[in-house]
Amino acid sequence: MTAYVRPRDLAEALALRAEHPDWMVLAGGTDLMVNAIHQKVPAGIVDLWRFAPIGGITVGDGRITIGAGATWTEVERHPAIREKLAPLALAAREIGALQIQARGTVGGNVGTSSPVGDSLPALLALDCELEVASVRGHRRAPYSAWCTGYRTTQLAPDELVIAAHLPLPGANVRTAWRKVGTRRAQSISKVMGAAAIEVDAGVVVSARIGLGAVANRPIRATAVEEAVRGQRLGAQAAEAARAALRASIAPIDDVRSTAAYRLEVAENVVARFFHVS
Amino acid sequence: MHRANPPVGASLPRVDGIAKVTGRARYLDDLDAPQAWFGATVRSRVPHGVLEALDRDPAFDWSQVAVATAADIPGRNVIALIEDDQPALVPIGGRVMHVDEPLALVAAPTKALAFAAAKALHPRIRPLPPVFTIDDALAGAQQLYKDDNVFKQFLIRKGHTTDAELDAAFASAAQVIEGTYWTSPQEQMYIEPQAMMAEWVDGRCHIVGSMQCPYYVHKAMKALLGCDADGVVIAQSVTGGGFGGKEEYPSMLAAHVALLAAAAKRPVKIVYERDEDIAATTKRHPARTHHRIAVDARGEICAMDIDCVMDGGAYLTLSPVVLSRGVLHAAGPYRCPITRVRGRVVATNYPPHGAFRGFGAPQTTFAYERQMQKLARARGEDAIALRKRLALRSGDATSTGQVLGFSVGTDEVFAAVEGIAGPAPARSGTSAAGSPVRRGRGFVFYFHGAGFTGSGEQRLAGRATVAALPDGRFEVRSSSTDIGQGSITMFVQIAAAALGVDPGRVAVIDPSTSRVPDSGPTVASRTCMVVGGVVDRAARVLRARLESWGAEHGVAGDLAAIARAHGEVVGELAETVTYEPPPGIQWDDATYTGSAYPVYGWGACLVDVAVDLDTYEVAIERCIQAIDVGKAINPTIVKGQIEGGTLQALGWAVLENVVYKDGRVANANMTNCIVPTFADAPELETVLVEVPYPFGPSGAKGVGEIPMDGPAAAVANAVEDALGCAFDALPISPEAVAQSRAAWRLS
Ligand SMILES: Cc1cc2nc3c(=O)[nH]c(=O)nc-3n(C[C@H](O)[C@H](O)[C@H](O)COP(=O)(O)OP(=O)(O)OC[C@H]3O[C@@H](n4cnc5c(N)ncnc54)[C@H](O)[C@@H]3O)c2cc1C
Repeated sequence: MTAYVRPRDLAEALALRAEHPDWMVLAGGTDLMVNAIHQKVPAGIVDLWRFAPIGGITVGDGRITIGAGATWTEVERHPAIREKLAPLALAAREIGALQIQARGTVGGNVGTSSPVGDSLPALLALDCELEVASVRGHRRAPYSAWCTGYRTTQLAPDELVIAAHLPLPGANVRTAWRKVGTRRAQSISKVMGAAAIEVDAGVVVSARIGLGAVANRPIRATAVEEAVRGQRLGAQAAEAARAALRASIAPIDDVRSTAAYRLEVAENVVARFFHVS
Repeated sequence: MHRANPPVGASLPRVDGIAKVTGRARYLDDLDAPQAWFGATVRSRVPHGVLEALDRDPAFDWSQVAVATAADIPGRNVIALIEDDQPALVPIGGRVMHVDEPLALVAAPTKALAFAAAKALHPRIRPLPPVFTIDDALAGAQQLYKDDNVFKQFLIRKGHTTDAELDAAFASAAQVIEGTYWTSPQEQMYIEPQAMMAEWVDGRCHIVGSMQCPYYVHKAMKALLGCDADGVVIAQSVTGGGFGGKEEYPSMLAAHVALLAAAAKRPVKIVYERDEDIAATTKRHPARTHHRIAVDARGEICAMDIDCVMDGGAYLTLSPVVLSRGVLHAAGPYRCPITRVRGRVVATNYPPHGAFRGFGAPQTTFAYERQMQKLARARGEDAIALRKRLALRSGDATSTGQVLGFSVGTDEVFAAVEGIAGPAPARSGTSAAGSPVRRGRGFVFYFHGAGFTGSGEQRLAGRATVAALPDGRFEVRSSSTDIGQGSITMFVQIAAAALGVDPGRVAVIDPSTSRVPDSGPTVASRTCMVVGGVVDRAARVLRARLESWGAEHGVAGDLAAIARAHGEVVGELAETVTYEPPPGIQWDDATYTGSAYPVYGWGACLVDVAVDLDTYEVAIERCIQAIDVGKAINPTIVKGQIEGGTLQALGWAVLENVVYKDGRVANANMTNCIVPTFADAPELETVLVEVPYPFGPSGAKGVGEIPMDGPAAAVANAVEDALGCAFDALPISPEAVAQSRAAWRLS
């Protein structure tokens, strides 16, 4: 028999994690259920669905804090996220479709950290820091260092993701987001990009570019970020971005698309972020 | 032709609607069968080889499960259909012809145990080199079928007798348009996977399941079980979609549950998982069509030459019939004095390709409507004007020499599209995401033969019964299945109109071979036109007989009152009627000349696309379909058929595909074997055109398949218009558009 626990508080949840690191941590279940028939039944389940200690979205201290248990519907509807963290709100709106958004959580997307997780390039571009907890204490981890390989992360077997902290971008930061999927809904991304670009008098001061589906994990396009610094927004920055990107990613062929397509479209998408519209 | 009496022509709510939307309808997997075990299938993992042994894992406890192999088949080890080349299970020593071919069966009290048992049965297969391309099949790389790997071929000659005459016509042409066109395999993606259950009671096998054609299954089971017609009963359960995918394949599942139920001595159910269903069952035949059109100095077509090769997969199944429909539509609805059409369908080591809405016609329609577009471009002539000028009308002859006498909706469908099309949208623009887009418009004109090919309907001689029950209600008995397309509602409307009774008094009984006559299969756009016509006649005869009985016996009141009186005195009164072909149908199977179909539906489709120049995605911004259906018995249902078929065709055009790797479906799940969602669907503008068929019920002719034929070419034509280069292969995926970039001529 599989044990099933809905913890009453964070202390109990963390104690369970410490005691049973092999148990399944279940949030919305939208990732976990897909593979359920192909996988061994877990010895136990810690159910974090609607678990208050990791829920909610708060604004303050120059940042927005999104509980790991927040759903994509909550993210998408949040006025401050829509206004200040547009790429994340737009990503939320393109995850699966309404039913999945109502059930899928930020913690689940981050927990799986698939190369095609749609929120992840936005988290990268928006300089997200994860808050992680265990009975050993709380720690912070920049999302840019979170993924360690194909669907593997820094998360230790006794830890839980508590929240995502995102600094509010300054007034001179433009953000952008693009998902290129196999179709318009319920779609797995073939290329994804998110950008936060700091601009002064038409010149790029700094940029953070997150990309999905072009490597074995979501990545920051650091070569592009360096190449565009000091370039004039428009064709100049766009071409610099394109050239730098071409030299720095090597996407793959799979049943959904081709390496050549992914490379070309990633270039187009990233270049478009630097065009003035 | 009969006047359309109410409720014919009214959009009555679906008879099965409430049960389906409230979840009351019980699909096979919902049927209670407390004693039933679950079956699972052991499949081949290699595309071609010889099955040498099936090894049972000694660590597995085999006492808790039932196993069936080819050795347990009481009759012949075949799925009887056209030719008996496909086994129900590959026997030891027999040839494995494709990946996921069934080799053995297991049944267990739980699904998990059945899957575990299937995993513990290890086939030993000596591999042989596989054949994966049409060219390798034709070159005889391996011998898969007879000595040439050709399942079937056809040759149509019109207006000439030798190749030299055809060559001469091309040699004297002012202009020749030539191209090769590729269409991709397509998965039916019915919502309910294949599902079947069997139980043996007193030596008789009872099979119930999700299917289109109970009598196909019946025929196959008689051969497999070695029994007579009464030895097996086939009943259809509520069926969640078919699209052709449940035309021939259910016989395979029926064979499997029948064998397992005998082995397990209890009912056995098989419900495919989605990945298994996509991997193992039939797909639309991929095809390569070479097409040449010769035109004279005035721009009239003087000759056409078409060569279509389809990939049939590992067994013959329905391929000859699919090919037949493909070649019969290949020359399109255009006047042409000299036409040669050659068709071949070849054997490869893919899982068998099979029936799918359109049944060969979408493949060749794609080719001829791309050709017409190229002709228009080459001549600098308007796409619609050119087609109008060359289109078949009453009095013209098709490629088989069939002179069209009635129900030719050519002018009506052109007018319907032109009436609402308006000017083409601006060529250049910007997408919502800020990318540059290029727009284009595409148009197609096409036709689709309704009912079985040639003398098929006469041979089938479909029957249906309408009965007056002693309680004053009426019953339609037919083997036509409602698979979601609304046929039982349509039957109720036709019968109620003919009987002159309230539709609430008419019921359609669930098809079971023990209770309904053989009306023929639920395929080929024939259920309304052919079987509906038989129901109509049966109801009229029944009504006349009841009325004269009532007059004779002095019974006052309406037909229900007479039925009750008749019921009291004599009992039920049932009238069974057999299909009668319309007069003047002549068909010669040897020369492929004559009336290929009793009548045709006519279609015109206009598509506007926007191609995103950053992502190479083709967005379909607008799609108009005008289709001549003869008469819409239930306009809402008919529109539903057209819109569903149109979306299926648009999906085939731009995003659907079945990706094979070493003969195995590599994208066997709904995540990667994608079909359009509502978000992908444009606003569909559907126009019902009614040019009545004098021999159909109230003028109705086929509608199920025609909407699938045209839109893919319309999309290709529109993308060509947008980007200035040809798109001759499906799907026109973003990857394909990206690859074409060097050829773009953006205006
Ligand atoms: C039909 C469908 C469509 C989808 N479409 C998309 C899409 O378009 N884009 C996309 O990105 N995703 C998509 N998904 C995947 C999924 O919905 C998202 O990844 C979602 O965010 C997962 O959240 P969840 O709460 O359901 O995760 P769960 O399935 O509950 O968990 C996922 C993983 O995260 C771990 N986890 C969850 N919470 C925590 C926590 N607090 N701490 C530590 N580990 C945790 C779990 O243990 C598990 O390993 C789709 C899924 C389905 C079924």
